[in-house]
Amino acid sequence: MSSTSLADRSGRTGSPPAQPFLDVRDLRVQFPTDDGLVKAVDGLSFSVERGRTLGIVGESGSGKSVTSLAILGLHRRSGESKRSRRASAEPSARGNRLTGEILLDGENLLAQDAERVRSLRGKRMAMIFQDPLSAMHPYYTVGHQIIEAYRIHNQVSTKAARQHAIDMLGRVGIPEPSRRVDSYPHHFSGGMRQRAMIAMALCCDPDLLIADEPTTALDVTVQAQILDLIRDLQREFNSSVILITHDLGVVAELADDILVMYAGRGVEYGSAEQLFNRPAHPYTWGLLGSVPRFDRPPGERLLSIKGSPPSLINVPPGCAFSTRCDYAELNSGRSETERPELAPVGPGHLVACHLPPAERQRIWADEIAPRL
Amino acid sequence: MLTYIVRRLVAAVGLLFVLSVVTFAIFYLVPRLAGATPETLATRYVGRTATEDTVKLTAERLGFYDPVPVQYGTWIKGVFTGAEYDFGAGVERCPAPCLGYSFITRQAVWPELLDRAPVTISLAFGASIIWLVSGVAAGVISALRRGSLFDRAAMTVALAGVSLPIFFTGLVSLAFFSYRLGITAPGGQYVQLSENPAQWAYSLLLPWITLAFLFSAQYARLTRAGMLDTMTEDYIRTARAKGLPERTVVVKHGLRAALTPILTIFGLDVGLLLGGAVLTEKTFSLNGLGKYSYDAIVAGDLPKILGVTLVAGFFVVIANLVVDLLYAVVDPKVRL
Repeated sequence: MSSTSLADRSGRTGSPPAQPFLDVRDLRVQFPTDDGLVKAVDGLSFSVERGRTLGIVGESGSGKSVTSLAILGLHRRSGESKRSRRASAEPSARGNRLTGEILLDGENLLAQDAERVRSLRGKRMAMIFQDPLSAMHPYYTVGHQIIEAYRIHNQVSTKAARQHAIDMLGRVGIPEPSRRVDSYPHHFSGGMRQRAMIAMALCCDPDLLIADEPTTALDVTVQAQILDLIRDLQREFNSSVILITHDLGVVAELADDILVMYAGRGVEYGSAEQLFNRPAHPYTWGLLGSVPRFDRPPGERLLSIKGSPPSLINVPPGCAFSTRCDYAELNSGRSETERPELAPVGPGHLVACHLPPAERQRIWADEIAPRL
Repeated sequence: MLTYIVRRLVAAVGLLFVLSVVTFAIFYLVPRLAGATPETLATRYVGRTATEDTVKLTAERLGFYDPVPVQYGTWIKGVFTGAEYDFGAGVERCPAPCLGYSFITRQAVWPELLDRAPVTISLAFGASIIWLVSGVAAGVISALRRGSLFDRAAMTVALAGVSLPIFFTGLVSLAFFSYRLGITAPGGQYVQLSENPAQWAYSLLLPWITLAFLFSAQYARLTRAGMLDTMTEDYIRTARAKGLPERTVVVKHGLRAALTPILTIFGLDVGLLLGGAVLTEKTFSLNGLGKYSYDAIVAGDLPKILGVTLVAGFFVVIANLVVDLLYAVVDPKVRL
């Protein structure tokens, strides 16, 4: 998505030309490996305004989590000072390459030193991880881990921090928080643990909350509770939320806007309403079609996407999805040679696909919509 | 918790009993099965030149004509009530706990063990602190700077430390540091801690470092592997995402988790060493339990070997118990 298209979008919503709270521009994340350079994120742009929720959807390996870790500055980078490189212990010995801009409230995080980004982590931007059991330290109490996060960014006594931790646990719906604050993570059920993780992430009142598959490891009944909780807390704290998931049901529940990612790039972007009612990219069609539904006749085949995602080392030169796309041949070879850029197909609705608009409308109306 | 400790202590006593039976059987039953007669056993204590009558008399006095279970009963009774040995020329008292009586040196074993134990304890204590600190530190730095020059150098040294036997490193360092440079004490100069702490440390410095080198090499490798493992855990990412300084992430979150298995091995290693660092004590001529057992083995002095084996077994059993209790403190998931 180019910066002009971003301007289009802010024109559409009629909001003041103020900067969005988080603005990611042409982000590229590359990991050198023995087999070659992995282009995990390849020219990704998006933005999130205050109080809004952006859902990022895509298959495993599409670059969703890499993007969120990049925003938090959790990738080890090449060219960092010796001091910070020494302190890092990520498995890759070689530095990873991050280029582009990540503007948090106007401040480019990629241009800041590691110490500055660290001071923002947990305070202005926080993250909830997929598996709340492995994401919490097994040897420390839940309260201790919240207190630790709070006291790093706030000069308060242990006692005050403890009270704050109890308050936070209460706010995320943990019963008897003053007693549970001294429990260890393994004393909690999965849903309780995720609540505790959320309490830990929100303890410093961050402006940006990144939730990376927050419900994937949970029971279905608990999933809904956690999603409700995230929504309620977002309203209460007025934070921006990035919701990363492969579960379209989850985005439908929470997201205002949706970005569909494929092979490290954005392929479709729009409001949740647009994405669900008028999806424009063949990959989005595939995603929507592969969701099992109760209101369809039993035994009916799902619209699965054929093939598997491309290697991120040798991404096809044209459209990365062309090898799996049923409609690529309609573009007389352009899909194989020319990389499509995100372009508007409706107000604020962007898609990166060579299909001519009329053709796209026809396929959607005749072939896809009836089957969804 | 308390019932657990009591239960474990009872089990430890049982284990020591089994150990005593097995050791006794090895020294007194197995030779019989292999065809040794009471007379051939007794020749050890009187020498080959003794007359047949002397040998018979000695075998009689030492109870070698009794069935082996009876001999064991006599021995175990001595542990609790003390024993008396009649050598014709007078009766030797071996007060309780009589772990045995050496017929070669005409000495009770237990007081000798008590005499030797401080040397071994001093050696194990100092060396274990050195190897724990240096090994863990080297391992952590190696893990954090994997592939760096430090890592490769440290791991090469560690490989050398694991592979080189202590009598080699001990003799080389003695020759170099003590005799060439004269900065450390030459062997065999143990001074008691209560007598002169500075001299005590000086006399043990080289044995400490030599022994610690062997162990810290293992600990560095273990710590490095453990840290590489834990630093990829999700909770480390969480700790970073909270904005904790990297030092806190590494030490409080990473090392804390990586140390747990090391603690186990540490307890067992120290327990094992308390029973005598045989090679180190022999190399540096330190009169500890290790050298005691070495000398006893060379002389074929069975009661001494039996006694020192039991004491060593005792330390290992106690170390095991301490490790298990510590585990409950370190890992909140462990319930006793």
